[in-house]
Amino acid sequence: MPGLTHMYSGEEAVAVGICEALKVTDKITSTHRGHGHCVAKGADFKQMFCELLGKEEGYCRGKGGSMHIADQSNGNLGANAIVGGSMGIATGSALSAKRLGRDDVTVCFFGDGATAQGLMYEVMNMAALWTLPVIYACENNGYSEYTRTDEIAAGSITARAEAFGIEAFKVDGQDVLAVNDLAQKLVARCRKGEGPFFIELETYRYHGHHVGDINREYYRAKDEEKQWHETRDPIKNFGKWLTDEGLSTQEDLEAIQAEIKADAATAVAYALEAKYPDATEVDMHVFVETA
Amino acid sequence: MREITLSTAVNEAIAEEMRRDETIFLIGEDVAEAGTPFKITSGLVEEFGTDRVIDTPIAEPGFMGIAVGAAMTGSRPIVDLMFGDFIFLIMDQLCNQAAKTHYMSGGKLNVPLVLRTNMGATRRSAAQHSQSLHAIVAHIPGLKVAMPSSALEAKGLLKTAIRDNNPVVIFEDKLMYQDKAEVPEGELLIPFGVANVKREGSDITLVGTSSMVQVAEKAAEILAAEGISAEVIDPRTIVPLDMDTINNSVRKTSRCIVIDEGHQSFGITSEIASRIMEQSFYHLDGPVIRMGAMDVPIPFSPALEDITVPTPEGVVAVARRLMAGEMINVS
Repeated sequence: MPGLTHMYSGEEAVAVGICEALKVTDKITSTHRGHGHCVAKGADFKQMFCELLGKEEGYCRGKGGSMHIADQSNGNLGANAIVGGSMGIATGSALSAKRLGRDDVTVCFFGDGATAQGLMYEVMNMAALWTLPVIYACENNGYSEYTRTDEIAAGSITARAEAFGIEAFKVDGQDVLAVNDLAQKLVARCRKGEGPFFIELETYRYHGHHVGDINREYYRAKDEEKQWHETRDPIKNFGKWLTDEGLSTQEDLEAIQAEIKADAATAVAYALEAKYPDATEVDMHVFVETA
Repeated sequence: MREITLSTAVNEAIAEEMRRDETIFLIGEDVAEAGTPFKITSGLVEEFGTDRVIDTPIAEPGFMGIAVGAAMTGSRPIVDLMFGDFIFLIMDQLCNQAAKTHYMSGGKLNVPLVLRTNMGATRRSAAQHSQSLHAIVAHIPGLKVAMPSSALEAKGLLKTAIRDNNPVVIFEDKLMYQDKAEVPEGELLIPFGVANVKREGSDITLVGTSSMVQVAEKAAEILAAEGISAEVIDPRTIVPLDMDTINNSVRKTSRCIVIDEGHQSFGITSEIASRIMEQSFYHLDGPVIRMGAMDVPIPFSPALEDITVPTPEGVVAVARRLMAGEMINVS
């Protein structure tokens, strides 16, 4: 795969828990670590893998790639390769909804690293002043690129939102049911005009900052990674809950896993064979052709 | 025909478009009751309410980002950036987000947004309130740039900008807000990418942008008295740029001075001069001359500030030397 890739593995319960609480007309803004948001908001594997490989049939005709994938048909306003760069966009999307009388809610996904950006505080101030239907979802995976978050974040992250009078919540981002329960409540309240809200989701990225970040023991211990894999994996733990409750069997879960893996493999194979965009597309879409 | 100020022309354009299209809103610092420091948007909040004329905190990146997101989701925001110098504060939202969204999404998302801001020195406002930064914006693919040279263009270009489905940045010269010009009542749309031949001439072409059109026109009058016939061209938009009109003029006159209030180096004058050189070289009888603002931060002292920008007298002096076959800008 060409270029930079930032894996979402380990954080699945965040995207799934939140996006399951949204309608197709609700909007999200995503991040450089955005594959999970894209899938959870309804993306099709084939178009997605085509985009990741820079192919013509990709969501953005190969012009966006992993860090810019957008799927407006499902309300995904796009991943953003500027850390914190989409916070204005999400807030503006909420302003549109409110002004134009739509009931859609916008969720702004961002990482703990983005909480260091000034833009966040400017737009949270305005979102609070104007009671906008936006939910700021901070995926705190403990690492701001190659640095521990506690080295870059002073005080409390939720307290920063509270300073603007925004109700802020902290939730276990590995527990999909807890995330979804909170998201459902906040989305419903947003639709009633009670937004904005802020959620800090404690989660973990299994890989490094990007796929090439392999020798990372200088900032993160292997033992720590092992422990999260073994005890805090969101998919395994949800599976265990389903079987414990008698809602599913181990065989059912394995069948679902196998089906998803096969779908992904088919999509990857399709994308590998798919056409690259024609060279004539290089200067297409710089501007909208206004009739 | 009635004459109105550039300020009134802008106000009219916004009001007319807001009456036509409910999705348009105005956002920026002190745009509502205060009507901006230049009193350009006065009266709009009384007609359209605070829901559509939105005062923001002093947070340029924030409200610019909000406008980008609103534009992507069915609104058509007009952003008021109080001083052009503040464009450096919003560069990420303008250049990394607004400019690239349509392209990066493969044409799926649009950002129909207008950023109104200003330019122009000699207002004794010093280095952080006097810059003319349109070249920086014009450098970024995906952004259109309009530069009205009078109240007429201010209205016609702004209305066209508001209806454009791309991000458009309009630079108004803040020293021209009280200048009057004939502006017809009612609908007025000036297309982008169509230069205006302000004055016809046969000896030398003066391409000027924004207030430098007036400078060129004054220079042309002085030159006419000396028997030099100058043609004055106002590109009106620099992205898109109407090179056909400029080339046609230069091929006729064989000499050209490009005048713009941005810094001379790496600026609009350089770009237009290069294109003339590439496209009309064999029609030229002399080098194409750039006249921009001096490559210095704009100084406060009136004694210094006035030296930094092109003047009619300066243009006349260069034109005379060009006509005499002298080399200019050789250092």
